[in-house]
Amino acid sequence: MIFLFFMLSAIMVISALFVVFSKSPINNVIFLIICFIAMAGHYILLNAQFLAVVHIIVYTGAIMVLFLFVIMLLNLNKAIIPQKSRLTRIMAVITGGIFFLVLLAATRQTFEIHARYPFTSEIGLVANVGKTLFHEFLLPFELSSVLFLSAMVGAVMFGKKDHPNEAE
Amino acid sequence: MNQITSAIQIIPLEYYIVLSVTLFSIGVMGILFRRNIIAILMCLELMFNSVNLLLTAFSAYHSDPAGQVFVFFIMIVAAAEVAVGLSIVVMMKRNVESVDINLLNRLKW
Repeated sequence: MIFLFFMLSAIMVISALFVVFSKSPINNVIFLIICFIAMAGHYILLNAQFLAVVHIIVYTGAIMVLFLFVIMLLNLNKAIIPQKSRLTRIMAVITGGIFFLVLLAATRQTFEIHARYPFTSEIGLVANVGKTLFHEFLLPFELSSVLFLSAMVGAVMFGKKDHPNEAE
Repeated sequence: MNQITSAIQIIPLEYYIVLSVTLFSIGVMGILFRRNIIAILMCLELMFNSVNLLLTAFSAYHSDPAGQVFVFFIMIVAAAEVAVGLSIVVMMKRNVESVDINLLNRLKW
């Protein structure tokens, strides 16, 4: 079980590094999809089955396909991908490393919080998550539909072409 | 089934914290590293997901389903954010013929 955890973690970290360092946008998307599939494996390991399925459907199924569509629509290739200067890139890596160290040092100072509920391994099952979602979080769930509607209106508004007559 | 549910008791919670911190730092590094706006959006997704993983881990270890519902809401917000963000990318490509964020540096001030 520990071995599975380390394998999934290694896949995730390596593919995340490829997302950052690989130049071609298509490769970035592919590696991000690999990273997300490994993350779904982590969810299954944590026995959060509902989240694993939703993660696969929403992230790898919808969001990454949207990214792929946009990349193909914009016809991006390696030649026109802009790159930062060498100094900025080195500084970015150093900043990321320092950020990692700071976060790690901060989490070392934490203390154990005792669980409020007796341990069960069944909280991630669809039935339990659904009960919580529709009892305690019903209002936010309904409000998220308004969020989606406004996001859709915003996307359409950004995406539509300006009328050439208005520009004159 | 029993083997999977016992994984929570075998793997310490600290491992998940370290993994999430690593992924989050890689996301931060990517945002500073890249100039392509689509790659920056992808690094943003990476950071969203590291937080999601940490919330799920805490929720599983503390047996509280509210954490997983919260992850579900984060996914909802991320989906809406990506739809709007990518339409901004398309609009930017149409207006300035590039996906380079340095062309938009007037937004800084």
